[in-house]
Amino acid sequence: MTSDEVLVHPFVPGDVVAEATYHLTRESLVRYAGASGDFNAIHYRDDVAAEVGLPGVLAHGMLTMGLAVQPVVDWLRDPARVLDYQVRFTRPVVVHPTEGADVSVRAVIGKVDEAERTARIDLTVTVEGGTVLGKAQVLVRLP
Amino acid sequence: MRSVPVNQDLIEREFAKTSPYLVGREKVREFSRAVFASDPVNYSVESAREAGYADVVAPPTFAIVVQQLTLDQLFAIEDSGIELTHVVHGSQQFSYTRPIVAGDELTAQLSITSIKTLGGNAMVAAETTIRDARDEHVATATSTLVVRGDAA
Repeated sequence: MTSDEVLVHPFVPGDVVAEATYHLTRESLVRYAGASGDFNAIHYRDDVAAEVGLPGVLAHGMLTMGLAVQPVVDWLRDPARVLDYQVRFTRPVVVHPTEGADVSVRAVIGKVDEAERTARIDLTVTVEGGTVLGKAQVLVRLP
Repeated sequence: MRSVPVNQDLIEREFAKTSPYLVGREKVREFSRAVFASDPVNYSVESAREAGYADVVAPPTFAIVVQQLTLDQLFAIEDSGIELTHVVHGSQQFSYTRPIVAGDELTAQLSITSIKTLGGNAMVAAETTIRDARDEHVATATSTLVVRGDAA
């Protein structure tokens, strides 16, 4: 590399910056309920979930949102670089009593703003191949 | 179909600021474990201080804990037209000025920024501004609540 080829940063749209899979169990849901204060029974009681017509006990949407950003935080190595984070809750995550559920996260550079030194990171969050979050985007200040 | 319209006056309403929420170090650690955080700054005071923070750093979505206090205010209003059992969390957004750290005393203030009707449902945008003890902006948390209108 010659000196006039100095890049501001090497990030290009389409680059995968982080990937991770998280195994959720019923214990994970109880743990999140306690930590967040969201004690809605559909997140730990099969009878209540069935009563309101759900296919099973669901993970809190905010738990899915909360874990989905973690691979990006680890990649950035500084939580202050997360400027904005948004998701749409498009499909519920059913957590089986014995099998649990595996949530996979893939974080890809969506857009880079050279002037602001920021990037939009697009998250693809899936369970058994199906997307569970829509328009999951993290605006970050690039390292 | 019985439609329960959400009270449009909510947009004009000025909500009271919540009383200060003191962010506890163990609460930050507990929340961090719950969302599978692995950055040492979420757990270790020493790591956090080396990184320039006053104390352990809360994960990005911890702001929901403070926002929830304002959503409880909304759900407590008698004439809101919002029945909690008919509310679905449609989307969520956080805009940060800085991360939340243990020791912060945070106050939150709600405003309803839009109410739209879509099909038989109402989409309510609830925007919560979170400020610290010096009245400086920390984060803004916005929830879109889908209120199902077909109370069967």
